[in-house]
Amino acid sequence: MNKSLVLFLMLLPGMTLAADNVGAVAPQYRFLTFLVFGAIIALTMFVTYRAARRVHSASDFYTAGGGISGLQNGWAIAGDYLSAASFLGIAGLISLYGYDGFMYSVGFLVAYITVLLVIAEPCRNIGKYTLADILAYRNDPKKTRVAGALSVITVSTIYLTAQMVGGGVLVKTLIGIEYEISVVVVGILMLAYVLFGGMVATTWVQIIKAVLLVLASLLLVVLVWAPYGFSLPGFLGAAVSDPKVQAQVARLIGDPASTMTAEQLGQRFLEPGLYLKDPLDQISLGLALVLGTAGLPHILMRFFTVPTAQEARKSVIWAMAIIGGFYVLTIFLGLGSAINVGAPAISAIDKGGNMAAPLLAQYLGGGADSVLGNLFLAFVAAVAFATIVAVVAGLVLAAASAIAHDIYVGVIRDMHVTPQEQVRAARISTVVVGILAITIGIAAKGQNVAHLVGLAFAVAASANLPCIVLTLYWRRCNTGGIIAGMVVGTFSAIAMVLVSPNMTYPNKVRTDSEKIVATATLERDALMQRFADATAEEQITMQTRLDKLQKDLAKAQEDLQKVAGQTTSMVGLEQPLVALKNPGIVSIPLGFLAVFFGSLLWRRDPRADALWDEVYVRQNTGIGASKTQQH
Amino acid sequence: MSQPTPINWAAIEADPRFQHLHRRKNRFLWSLMAFSLFYYFLLPLGSAYTPELFRQQVWGPLNVGLLFALSEFIVAWGVAVLYSRRANREFDVLAAEIVATYSPAKPSAGARHE
Repeated sequence: MNKSLVLFLMLLPGMTLAADNVGAVAPQYRFLTFLVFGAIIALTMFVTYRAARRVHSASDFYTAGGGISGLQNGWAIAGDYLSAASFLGIAGLISLYGYDGFMYSVGFLVAYITVLLVIAEPCRNIGKYTLADILAYRNDPKKTRVAGALSVITVSTIYLTAQMVGGGVLVKTLIGIEYEISVVVVGILMLAYVLFGGMVATTWVQIIKAVLLVLASLLLVVLVWAPYGFSLPGFLGAAVSDPKVQAQVARLIGDPASTMTAEQLGQRFLEPGLYLKDPLDQISLGLALVLGTAGLPHILMRFFTVPTAQEARKSVIWAMAIIGGFYVLTIFLGLGSAINVGAPAISAIDKGGNMAAPLLAQYLGGGADSVLGNLFLAFVAAVAFATIVAVVAGLVLAAASAIAHDIYVGVIRDMHVTPQEQVRAARISTVVVGILAITIGIAAKGQNVAHLVGLAFAVAASANLPCIVLTLYWRRCNTGGIIAGMVVGTFSAIAMVLVSPNMTYPNKVRTDSEKIVATATLERDALMQRFADATAEEQITMQTRLDKLQKDLAKAQEDLQKVAGQTTSMVGLEQPLVALKNPGIVSIPLGFLAVFFGSLLWRRDPRADALWDEVYVRQNTGIGASKTQQH
Repeated sequence: MSQPTPINWAAIEADPRFQHLHRRKNRFLWSLMAFSLFYYFLLPLGSAYTPELFRQQVWGPLNVGLLFALSEFIVAWGVAVLYSRRANREFDVLAAEIVATYSPAKPSAGARHE
């Protein structure tokens, strides 16, 4: 008894170190991150300063006056789209689960086919500043503006919450800055860009970030692939024959691993099924990605910044080249960190694998003790920080335009506003949304936001996309259809997630945590019994294991405390009503059906009919569009 | 919000050249869209229901599954290039003709850009 007490005291230093998360960047090298990030801020602030002098009208503020070229817009779309989740998250998934992580990334690129074929050019020809502009063109302007704006605000808020909370956690893990501080810093920086520089500054922040991201990834890929003579089978072979990769596979598949050779285990890493297990859920997610991207307000808005439909088309082509190329690079980043860093080290700092790319950068630069390694890590960390700011800026601009342009100017003021009032409304809305984003970020600390990005895509695919597509391509579509589509699409997607396994179910948490507590306590006690008699070498491995067990125990006990006294989830359920985690496969057809039946059931809408010819001719020819933007 | 314009939309809509443009464009882009969706969903379906096929090694450790996932990128880029070439060469030209006929003030305004 006495002996175990002594041993318990020995565990304490390890525990405090684990509890006091210092971040991937060691404190003495933190200044490097700040230096690099400071340089990025200086550059983007300079751009903002220059942009601010060009922002005079609402058109300047929302769409950079339509003066962005296709190439610039392509980079900006990539910068807007490649959030930290795809930049660090997908490399992480590949490093931990191999093939499935790569398969996960495909949908994010294919999504741009929908954007290119169905959305980009018509939206450029019909729209002005917002998604609701397109809906209001031939339908009841006030009703559809409200419906469109509310949906834009819903999607942006969901996505924004994921970015703020995810970003805060990420910056803490990466650099060790307090969560609240990083949320506030992201919020203030973003406000500075959007408020003063509007869409011009936002565009340039996104371009700069995308260029840095691609350059950093290219450099890392060259460094990680060079030792294998840039041979693809050579590189894959290294992953297959790596003992860390084999051990990871064995851990993931459990019992069947005992009958497999080391080589088979390694090869298994390059085969599907280690992460994505339910095909129906995958298809549901795939639908939401492929159809939802085209309905994301901050992506849609980017097509109002180019002067013509041809430039809109060109910008999607560029965006697809950059985004697709980047995802191909992540295969090398992911597998490279699986080989060089190893799954245990990656998931030790962050279970989701977000640290795979940063740790790979540190390794390639010379390791944790080298200056170059830490410079590399600092660079990746700074780009991650810039990524959060750039994505958040795009989201806030989209939400602010819905409030200022659609709700205030369009509905409350009935379009009777002076240009000065328009810009002022846009700026005030930006501040309101910005403060809201910071507040949500701080209030939602500690919440699980992983499923929110998927939900944002699902709502966009179930509400926004059916409404836009049908008002553009179906003559009979009218106000009733738009309202029904927005309401049914949004609510069905959200409702399905609320009753899905994504929510926290206290009973399940309790059972799982109690199981962890029981097994971990048993193992810990057994280890402690043997500790004193073990050799020094064994003691080191035992100590690592004990630290890990202690961490698991603390986590499980914390979880138990969180659900103490609760038996039902947020919406009063003891267990999930549906097995699907992704609502798309149900909510997207519902959204389309709602627009269809809503239109048929609504009274005949003479305006929608009368303006159909105009909308259809305009979206196909670009006639009459964008004259003001031609220089 | 739209100002009354002197453009006669119904006349353009009824113009055989517009009908031709719209029919060709719609047929082309919706069939590309259907093909892209179909090809994309082959990936999750294939990985779930034909694991043996995906496991086949082709070139060292490189297996059918990896090649198929890579082909998704190639196909997506291919579809994009195919569409934009067709749009640049055919749809833009047809649209520019219509714009030139019906634009009242500036015959050259709107879609004419290479």
